[in-house]
Amino acid sequence: MKVRIPTPLRSYTDQQAVVEAEGATVDEVLVDLDRQHPGIRFRMVDEQGRLRPHMKVFVNADMVRALDTPVTDADEVTIMQALSGG
Amino acid sequence: MANGPVLLIGTRKGAWMLTGDAQRGTWRETEPMFLGHIVHHAVLDPRDHRTLLLATRTGHLGPTVFRSQDLGQTWTEASRPPAFAAGDPLERSLRAVFWLSPGHAEEAGVWYAGGSPQGLFRSEDGGDTWAPMAGWNDHPNWPAWAEWPEEGTPDGSMLHSVCIDPRDPAHLYLGLSAGGVFETVDGGSDWAPLNAGSVAAFLPDEEPEYGHDPHCIRLHPLQPDRLYQQNHCGIYRMDRPEGRWVRVGDNMPTEVGDIGFPIELHPRDPDTAWVFPMDGTDVWPRTSPDGRPAVYVTRDAGESWARRDAGLPERAWLTVKRQAMTLDDSHPVGVYFGTTSGEVWASADEGDSWNQIASHLPEIYAVEFADPVDRSS
Repeated sequence: MKVRIPTPLRSYTDQQAVVEAEGATVDEVLVDLDRQHPGIRFRMVDEQGRLRPHMKVFVNADMVRALDTPVTDADEVTIMQALSGG
Repeated sequence: MANGPVLLIGTRKGAWMLTGDAQRGTWRETEPMFLGHIVHHAVLDPRDHRTLLLATRTGHLGPTVFRSQDLGQTWTEASRPPAFAAGDPLERSLRAVFWLSPGHAEEAGVWYAGGSPQGLFRSEDGGDTWAPMAGWNDHPNWPAWAEWPEEGTPDGSMLHSVCIDPRDPAHLYLGLSAGGVFETVDGGSDWAPLNAGSVAAFLPDEEPEYGHDPHCIRLHPLQPDRLYQQNHCGIYRMDRPEGRWVRVGDNMPTEVGDIGFPIELHPRDPDTAWVFPMDGTDVWPRTSPDGRPAVYVTRDAGESWARRDAGLPERAWLTVKRQAMTLDDSHPVGVYFGTTSGEVWASADEGDSWNQIASHLPEIYAVEFADPVDRSS
C-alpha cells in the first residue's frame, strides 16, 4: 500500500514523499517501513510501542491512535505530525 | 577536513563547528549541520580522535544518536539508538539523549549516554548500538532517586555528568537533575547516593540522602579522588575517600553567589577550576548576576576565587548551560563558553581575556572542544 511520508522523515526515504509498505495492521506497515528505511519507526513510535506525541497516522481519511488498527492493500496510510514550537 | 582544533556547538536548532588554527587565534564557522534539530551534545572520541557522536531529536521525532568518522562531513544514524527496554514495567520511553560520555581509555568503543527521563545507556561499538544499563535503570531505588514520575525540573529530568575513574573502568559517577550524585564501583550493577555535605535548599530536609540537584560534576583525571560539582545550591569539592562535599562556593563574593550550571577543571592542575556564575536569587533569572558577566577561576581548589571578565560585555544578561563550557589542553589552557543568546566566547590565556568568536547562533546547549589530531606524541 501507499504510505505518505512527512518532510521531517524523508531523510529516511531518500526524500520520497510516497513509498510502498506491506502489513495487516498499521504497526506492521510501520515495521515494514523500518525494514526498508532503517530507523524511521523509532522516530515515530517509542520503545513501549506508543505513537509519540504530535505524530499522527491516518488510514485513508481517518486518524488512528491504535497501532493495531487493521489495514488492507487498498488503504492509504498517511503519516503526519503537528508542527508546533518556534 | 580540518586538522586544527574544533569546537562542537550544539544548539536548539542544529549543530555548528568552529574550526581553529593551530594557535587558536582565529575560528571559522561551518555551515549548520542538522539544521532545525535539537542537538543536546556533540562529542569527539578523545581515544581515536575520529569518532564523533551527536545526540539529537526534534520537537516531534524521537531521540537518536548520529555518528561521523569524518568530522561531520557524513553522518550515519545509530542502528540501535538509546532506548529503555521494551516492556519496561515503568513504561518509560526516552524523550532525549541529553548527555554523551566516552568510556574509559582502555575500553575502546565504549560510550555512555544519559537520558531524559534519567536512564543510562551503554554502547560497546562506538555508538552504533546501545543497550539500557539495567543495574541503574531497573535499580529498585531508581523511582525514588529519579523522582519518578514527577520529574520536577522545568525541562524534564536529565541524567548527566557520567564521570569515569581513570584507574578503574568499573568505577563511575553520574548526576541527576534532580536526584543527586550517584556512584557505582562494580561497573553499574549497583549504585549508591553520594550527596553528604551538599545542600538541597528546595527540600524540607536540606541535607537528605538524595534529591539534590547537581548541575555539572567533574572528576580530575590526574587526581581521581577529587571531584567538583556546580550544584543548584552551590559549588562543591570532594576529596575521597572522605566522601563529603565541601561548599567551596562559600568563598565566592557574596554579591555574585555560587550558583551556575557548568564547572570545568584544568587538565593538569587539580586545584584550578572555572565557573560561570548566574543569578539564583528571587525567581532565578539564571542570567549573569547584576547583568555583569564574568568567569570565576580558583587556583587553590576553591579556597579563593578571582573574577575574569576582560573583554566580556560590561552589561549583558547571559546564561551558560551545563554542557556549554569547555577547555582545551594547550599551554596555557584555552577556555570557551557558549550562551543561550547564541554567542561563543574564547580565552586563549586561561580566562584572563576574552574574545567573541561566534554570534547570532541559536540558543546554545553545548560546546565541546575536540582535536581531530593526536598531538600527544
